Amino acid sequence: MIDSIDGMLLETGADALPLTERGPASPRVVASFGFWLFLLSDIIIFAALFAAYAVLSKHTDGGPSGTQLFDTRHVLIETACLLASSFTCGVMMIALDRRSLLGTYCWAILTALLGGTFLWLEVSEFGDLVHGGTGPTRSAFLSSFFTLVGTHGLHVTLGIVWLLVMMIQVFTLGFRPMVLTRMLCFSLFWHALDIVWIGVFSIVYLGAG
Amino acid sequence: MLGNLTWSAIPFDQPIPLTTVCVLLLAILGLLTLVTLKGWWPYLWREWITTTDHKRIGVMYVILALVMLLRGFSDAIMMRAQLAVAAGNATGYLPPEHYNQIFSAHGTIMIFFVAMTFVIGLMNFVLPLQLGVRDVAFPVLNSVSFWLTCAGVLLINISLGVGEFSRTGWLAYPPLSEVAYSPGVGVDYYLWSLQISGLGTLLSGINLTTTILKLRAPGMGYGRMPVFCWTALASNLLIVAAFPILTATFAMLLLDRYLGFHFFTNDGGGSPMMYVNLIWSWGHPEVYILILPAFGVFSEVIATFSGKPLFGYRSMVLATMGICVLSFMVWLHHFFTMGAGANVNAFFGIATMIIAVPTGVKIFNWLFTLYGGNIRFTAPIYWAIGFMVTFVIGGMTGVLMAIPPADFVLHNSLFLIAHFHNVIIGGVLFGAFAGYTYWFPKAFGFKLHEGLGKAIFWCWFVGFYLAFMPLYGLGLLGATRRLQHYADPGWQPLMMVALGGAVVILIGIALTVAQLVVSIRNRDRFPDLTGDPWNGRTLEWSVSSPPPSWNFSILPIVSGPDAFWSLKHQRTPAASAVALQSLNVPKRSPLGFQIAACVTLMGFALVWHIWWMAILGLLGVLAVGLRNAWRVDLEEIIPVSVLAAHERAREARVAQT
Repeated sequence: MIDSIDGMLLETGADALPLTERGPASPRVVASFGFWLFLLSDIIIFAALFAAYAVLSKHTDGGPSGTQLFDTRHVLIETACLLASSFTCGVMMIALDRRSLLGTYCWAILTALLGGTFLWLEVSEFGDLVHGGTGPTRSAFLSSFFTLVGTHGLHVTLGIVWLLVMMIQVFTLGFRPMVLTRMLCFSLFWHALDIVWIGVFSIVYLGAG
Repeated sequence: MLGNLTWSAIPFDQPIPLTTVCVLLLAILGLLTLVTLKGWWPYLWREWITTTDHKRIGVMYVILALVMLLRGFSDAIMMRAQLAVAAGNATGYLPPEHYNQIFSAHGTIMIFFVAMTFVIGLMNFVLPLQLGVRDVAFPVLNSVSFWLTCAGVLLINISLGVGEFSRTGWLAYPPLSEVAYSPGVGVDYYLWSLQISGLGTLLSGINLTTTILKLRAPGMGYGRMPVFCWTALASNLLIVAAFPILTATFAMLLLDRYLGFHFFTNDGGGSPMMYVNLIWSWGHPEVYILILPAFGVFSEVIATFSGKPLFGYRSMVLATMGICVLSFMVWLHHFFTMGAGANVNAFFGIATMIIAVPTGVKIFNWLFTLYGGNIRFTAPIYWAIGFMVTFVIGGMTGVLMAIPPADFVLHNSLFLIAHFHNVIIGGVLFGAFAGYTYWFPKAFGFKLHEGLGKAIFWCWFVGFYLAFMPLYGLGLLGATRRLQHYADPGWQPLMMVALGGAVVILIGIALTVAQLVVSIRNRDRFPDLTGDPWNGRTLEWSVSSPPPSWNFSILPIVSGPDAFWSLKHQRTPAASAVALQSLNVPKRSPLGFQIAACVTLMGFALVWHIWWMAILGLLGVLAVGLRNAWRVDLEEIIPVSVLAAHERAREARVAQT
């Protein structure tokens, strides 16, 4: 039975075999699958924070509630920026697929700028709240609000840093498989942040209305 | 400059921790001197510290677990000794604040750094070999995981000599663990140590899940995976799904403690009960993360030493995955007394009892595997049979406590302590030792001393019953957990018996050390030349012991369950006769060690509020991470000549026997 078939070589003419019996998957598949799992675990962190927010959102300790604090128009602009950045991220991946250096850079910069705008709007919202005496230490509701939204913001910050590092990698290392896989993981990460934000927008901001 | 850190952090006034720390420091210094004098550093650095080989990382995990077992057991026997004397007017020898640190450290260390570390070590070592592949999915990440666990271990042990440890029990319930009631650094040590090692565990879970789902030898469909791989899959899925909850919960408690948030405080609208809910929605899956791989070990051991395929493979897999899902639906049984109401308690009580069904299926499968088998009574099968007897008792007391009214009486009593030690020692620890004895020859090329192995089993088995059966009785008499002293001298005889049990276990632990020494010194007397010392059934036994760094010169092709068994019983061409091809293995990498060094610095700085040092540690992590991101030459090639030489040497050894 032993034959000199080694892993992926089975792919040729292996269509008859079930997917599960074709031997080790290719490095690109393995890397992106692992990253999917990481994203799932990250989303569970958010799930725990959402649960905490759901429990504590009415625990205002005599302080203001979400209805009194949130500026929906402000959040709508934030949301538009983040959703648009997901679109530009998608276009960036298309440019990357075509190995277009200029296109990749243009769309990456646009993605980072939109992400940056989102962050700036979020920080200004946080600043206003803290200056108004409604910082995270005011009540359990505000603790959970700042933590949930802030954790998302932290992810966006890390995402922007990651994107900038990747741009340097594209410049210094070129479009080699390793860089392409990392870009694929980055785009998964960026879209996942969008999905989480849709949850934040619906549950935190619309839910307060 | 140094935040809250002053000389008063060193416990000069407490003789017990001070002496322990001095002895430990001397031992570590002695070890470092020995390594330096013998010139072992380059070897250690090249072959172990920077290794990305899953087998070596697995071995290091198990060594770490055994070392931490010594620490956790010292805590245990100190508590038993205290309780054996502190009856009536006697106060014992441990002051209450020290005793509180000891039971907190005992639970934390035994769960996170002995049990978790041991099962992750076994999974790391065995999985790629059983799956018939060359390494885990992400070898460098694997090294990072291990070293992050080490960083957590280091922090928790530093707390022994610098500052104090948490006094809040192994799960640090608020409001006691909030700054208002625990202003010291103990809880911070606890939280940062577990945040860091928890991250390591999560990365390990992602890594091993990806390995099982994406890297299997050609032909190894899901229905042909060894049962240990299935239980490891369930366990790692649980790690991926449950450990983020722990991270998030601890992050919230840290925000409460460091920045004055109000998640779990009594004031500001915080909800301490939310912490209890969150921590147990990690905590209950956690016990299955521990026990499922142990179930896998027993499945392998029982099948091998009965000389039969495992009875009811499919039902075993279904039971495993059933437990995997159900484990997320029972967390509330840890706090029926919270007062969630009769309906909620009834739901969780019934869900808990339902878990006994798949577990029962497993027990029957093992029994039917043994039935009619040609059983060889080796040390691993002793552990397996001892497990079945002990675990069934523990399971039954668990079902008893799943009844909410009964739980109201037994909640937080010594009955509960007896129950979970019954399943964790009788299940996880027996499984870990069975696996350790079973796979030791695979890792090192020689067997452990069989007679001593059986003696170790009897010490643990008898010691366990002596130490914990009295606690069932004491719990029914009304003794609660975490008691430093009790007024009723009528409890003392049973407490003495329990101490006796701990002493018997101590002998077992001493024999474990003796067994290692004896076996290493006499390694030529029990060699494993063939790579298949037990007449095994799964692929790890098809390669030499110890396996080469690349595991398989040729990936095996699997045509059914018990892949190696069927390969053995059909005529197959020797590997050297088949055309070998050069192959790639991952290069070694210092990334894990460097990250862990920076993270340890950061964790220590955060505990003591030394902000500049914390930032330095974080920048260090970024720097080594970025430098690693530009490494392009990640693999090295093993040429055909090396592969062929290895295979020829192996066949020569096999021919000798």
